[in-house]
Amino acid sequence: MPKEQQMSVSVWRGGATGAFQSFDVKMEDNQTVLDVVAWIQQYADPTLSYRYACRVGMCGSCAMMVNGVPRWTCRTHVNKVLKDGHMEIGPLRNLPVIKDLATDMDPFFDKWIAAEGLHHPTQTRDDPIETIDPANAARVEINAGIECINCSVCYAACDTVAGNPDYLGPAALQRAWSVYNDSKDANKQAILDAVSGVGGCHNCHSQGSCAVHCPNDLNPMNAIAGLKRETARNFFKRRT
Amino acid sequence: MRHGHRTHTLWIAYLLHRISGVALALFLPAHFWVLSYALNAPQKLDGFLHWAETPIVKLAEFGLVFLLSVHMLGGLRLMALEFLPWTSGQKTAAASAVAASTFLAGIFLLRAI
Repeated sequence: MPKEQQMSVSVWRGGATGAFQSFDVKMEDNQTVLDVVAWIQQYADPTLSYRYACRVGMCGSCAMMVNGVPRWTCRTHVNKVLKDGHMEIGPLRNLPVIKDLATDMDPFFDKWIAAEGLHHPTQTRDDPIETIDPANAARVEINAGIECINCSVCYAACDTVAGNPDYLGPAALQRAWSVYNDSKDANKQAILDAVSGVGGCHNCHSQGSCAVHCPNDLNPMNAIAGLKRETARNFFKRRT
Repeated sequence: MRHGHRTHTLWIAYLLHRISGVALALFLPAHFWVLSYALNAPQKLDGFLHWAETPIVKLAEFGLVFLLSVHMLGGLRLMALEFLPWTSGQKTAAASAVAASTFLAGIFLLRAI
């Protein structure tokens, strides 16, 4: 029988302060990073804290830093990230660490609300359902944004978020852009005001880490550029 | 912790834009200071221009032209990104700005030597 292959995995232990702890984990043919974390929690140290739910890339709750890169761990194969038999797993960047690999997602979701990424209705439930043409340009623009699974990978990848805690971040701004393009939305001015404040879209340095690391291949940088265009247009329109 | 999330083209383009901006901001006061010699101390200016003929300064000028060009082209790319309809191929645009700047600075160097 061939000798069991092992990999060495460094896992963050603690909260804001802490240290990496090393574990030896048996290598399997088909193994995701989330499988590795689950193995450690089940067989090596039951006190390890982490978060996951669906395991199939739908729910967006298992994102972690793997070798310094934010990834959805349930859809990241170990072979893709293992370097010389070693990998490093840490909690998502730019968010407060609760314990080990679990971060507090509240700041991330609070910013969705702060960016007015919520529906402002034009009608009541008694009105007939409005017909939306799927080929309409504004509706096509929305197509990409609604595939977001709220995993916070873009938020963890963004150096502008790291440098400015007030910055709304790629996901919230992309949500605001989707709602802005929705013909059923009644308060587009509220969105433009929300995204052009101190922590708004103009903070973006177009580094594009959000688009590079988004597991669903979305492009928040594109959405933020759209918001920059619309806020600029709105600024000059208001002055005349 | 490692920072693997930064190793991609547009982040490097951002870094280059920032570094070239800071370097040019540092260069400009020195540039105006030397220019002021033309009014106040023409001999000193002649001396400086003589020194500026040395190869090391010519090489520094290659770097200066590169920084100017890459900052201008990179800035145009960012303005297009923010004010014109979105176009994919931002990585190609950023790489082209570096290539065009190297070419321009190279021509400048060849003419200087």
